[in-house]
Amino acid sequence: MLRYLLGRFWQSLVLLLLVSVIGFAVLNLAPGGPLSQFTLTPGMTQADLDRIASQMGLDRPLPVQYIDWLAHLLRGDWGRSYRDGRPVLDIIWEHLVATLLLMGVSTAIAILVGTWIGVLGALRRYSIFDYAATVGAMVALSIPTFWFGLIAIYIFSLRLRWLPAGNMYTIGDGSLGDYAIHLIMPSVVLALVNIAVWSRYMRTATIDVISQDFVRTARAKGLSSRRVLLRHILGNALLPMITLLGLQLPTILGGALVTETVFTWPGMGRLFLDSLGYSDYPVVMGLLMMSAVLVLVGNLAADLTVAFVDPRIRLS
Amino acid sequence: MTQSDFLIPTHTRQRWWHSRSVRRFARHRLAMFGLVMIIVLVLACVFGPWLLPFDDLYIDLRGRFSPPFTGYHFFGTDPLGRDIAARLFMAGRISLLVGFAAMVISTVFGTVLGIAAGFFGGRIGTVLMRFVDAMLSFPNIFLLLAMAAFIKPSPIMITLIIAATSWMEIARIVEAEVRSLRERDFVVAARMLGLSNSHIMFRELLPNAIGPIIVAATLTVARAILLEAYVSFLGYGIQPPLPSWGNMLNGAQQYLDSAPWLAIVPGAAITLAVTSFNFIGDGLRDALDARSDML
Repeated sequence: MLRYLLGRFWQSLVLLLLVSVIGFAVLNLAPGGPLSQFTLTPGMTQADLDRIASQMGLDRPLPVQYIDWLAHLLRGDWGRSYRDGRPVLDIIWEHLVATLLLMGVSTAIAILVGTWIGVLGALRRYSIFDYAATVGAMVALSIPTFWFGLIAIYIFSLRLRWLPAGNMYTIGDGSLGDYAIHLIMPSVVLALVNIAVWSRYMRTATIDVISQDFVRTARAKGLSSRRVLLRHILGNALLPMITLLGLQLPTILGGALVTETVFTWPGMGRLFLDSLGYSDYPVVMGLLMMSAVLVLVGNLAADLTVAFVDPRIRLS
Repeated sequence: MTQSDFLIPTHTRQRWWHSRSVRRFARHRLAMFGLVMIIVLVLACVFGPWLLPFDDLYIDLRGRFSPPFTGYHFFGTDPLGRDIAARLFMAGRISLLVGFAAMVISTVFGTVLGIAAGFFGGRIGTVLMRFVDAMLSFPNIFLLLAMAAFIKPSPIMITLIIAATSWMEIARIVEAEVRSLRERDFVVAARMLGLSNSHIMFRELLPNAIGPIIVAATLTVARAILLEAYVSFLGYGIQPPLPSWGNMLNGAQQYLDSAPWLAIVPGAAITLAVTSFNFIGDGLRDALDARSDML
C-alpha cells in the first residue's frame, strides 16, 4: 500500500513538472511572448522594449528563465496582475470558491441522475428506456454547453421567468435561498455532459457486476432485490466510477469556464476570459497552471480513494 | 450461402472481413442517419449559397432582426440585416473544414507519436506518454484559449491550435494498440526478415491498428467542430465578417429576448453536425469491433 501511495505521488510530481514545462512553453513560445501587450502601446520603441525585457529578466536564456519562474511559482509568487497589480494567487483564490461550488453541485447532480439512468438502463437492457438513454446520451454529448445554456435562459428566464438569467446572487439579497436559485440553471447545464458520460459508464459497470457470481449468490440466499441492488450491485459498480470522476475533471473544469461565461458566474472561467480580454498575461498563466494542478490533485485524490475503498488494490 | 463461401482462399480474406464491416455499419441505423445528415449538411454548405437569393455579407439595415420566414429569409436576419441562412451555409463551410482539417492533422500526429511510443517502448515510450498525460491535464478549452489569445486568429491558425490540443487521445489509443501487437508473430517475422523499423511501424503495425484509429478520428471531427464553436463563441476563434457557427452565436446572447432565432439556428446546426459524427463514430466502432474506452 505504502509503495503504491509513494508511486502515485511520485508520478503526480513528475507530471506536475511536465505540466509546468508546457505552461512555460505556451507562455514564452507564443509569437511576441509576454511582451506582446507592450508592443501595441503607441510610441514604444525597440529600445524601450529591450529595457522592459531586461527588467523582467526576459533577455536571459530560456532554461534560466524557466528555473527562476518555477522557483517563484513554488514559493507561491505567481506574479502580479497587469490590470491592478495585485498578486495573481490572491485573485485566483477569490474566484476559486465560486467555481468549486458550481462544479461540486453540478457533479452531484450528474452522479445522482447518471447513476439512476445507467442502472435502470442496465437492469432493463434493450428496453425503450435503455435505447432512449443511449441515443439521448450521444445527443447530450454533442450539444455545445453554451448553446444549451442560452436555450435554458431563453426558456426558464425570459419566457417562464422562473429562474434568474445569471450572476451568483441578487445584489442586496445574500440569503442561502437566493444563492440556491442562482445555482440551479448553471449547475444543471454544466451537468448535462457529465450525466451522459456517467450514465454510459454506469450502465456498462452495472452490466459487468450483474453477471457475476456473488450477485447470483446474493439472490440465491434470498436477499430482497432492493438489497441486492443497493449493496451488492451498486456498491461494486460505483467503484470504477471514482476513477472516472478523476478522469472527467478536465472536461468539467473546461465546461465550467463556458458555463460561467454564459451565466456571468464569478468563477475562474470568467476571470480567465476577462484576463484574456485585458491581455493580463500573469493571470492567464496562473489560471492555466491552476487548472492543471486542480486536475492532477483531483486525479490523485480519486486514485487514493479507490485504493482505500477497494481491498483488491490495497493487496496488490 | 454457397459452398464457395466456405472455401475462401486466404488472400481474399481481408476483403470478406471488410465487406462484413460495411454490412454491419449499414445496419447501424443511427450511423446511417448520421452519414445521411453529414452528406446533406455538406451539400447544403457547398451548393446552398448559390441557391439562396442573398449574399452572406450583404448588409440590409432596413431588414434587421427579421424573424424566420420573412420573405425569402428562411432563418430570418441578424442585427445587421444579413440573411442568416446564407451565413449559416458559409459558416458551415468554414466550421466543417476547420473540424475536418484539425482531425487530419491531429490524427496523423497522434498516430505517428503513438506508433513510435508503442513500438520503441522503454524510455522513449514512457517519456512520450508522460508528455501525453501532461497535455491531458490541462482542460483543453483553457489551453486552446491561452494559445488563441496570443496569435493572430486566422482559420489556419485556429485549425492548428485545435489540432495541437486534440491529438492526445489518438496517441493513447494507438500506443496501447501497438504495444499489444508488438510481440505478435507477424512483427517478429518482419524483424527477422530484417525489415526496417519504419517499415514495421507503418506497413505492418499501422494497418493492424487502423480500426481504432478510424473510430477515434471520426470522434475527433465531432470534438474539433465543438472546440471551434467554443473558441469562436468566446470571441477568440474565427473572426467576423468571416462567419463560423461559433461566432454567429457570439453576439446572440444580448438579443436572446427579442431575436431568439439568432441563437437557435446556428446552435442547432452545430448540434446536428456533432451528433451525426458521433453517431457515425459509434457505428464504426460496432462495425470494426474496435476496442476503445472513448465514449
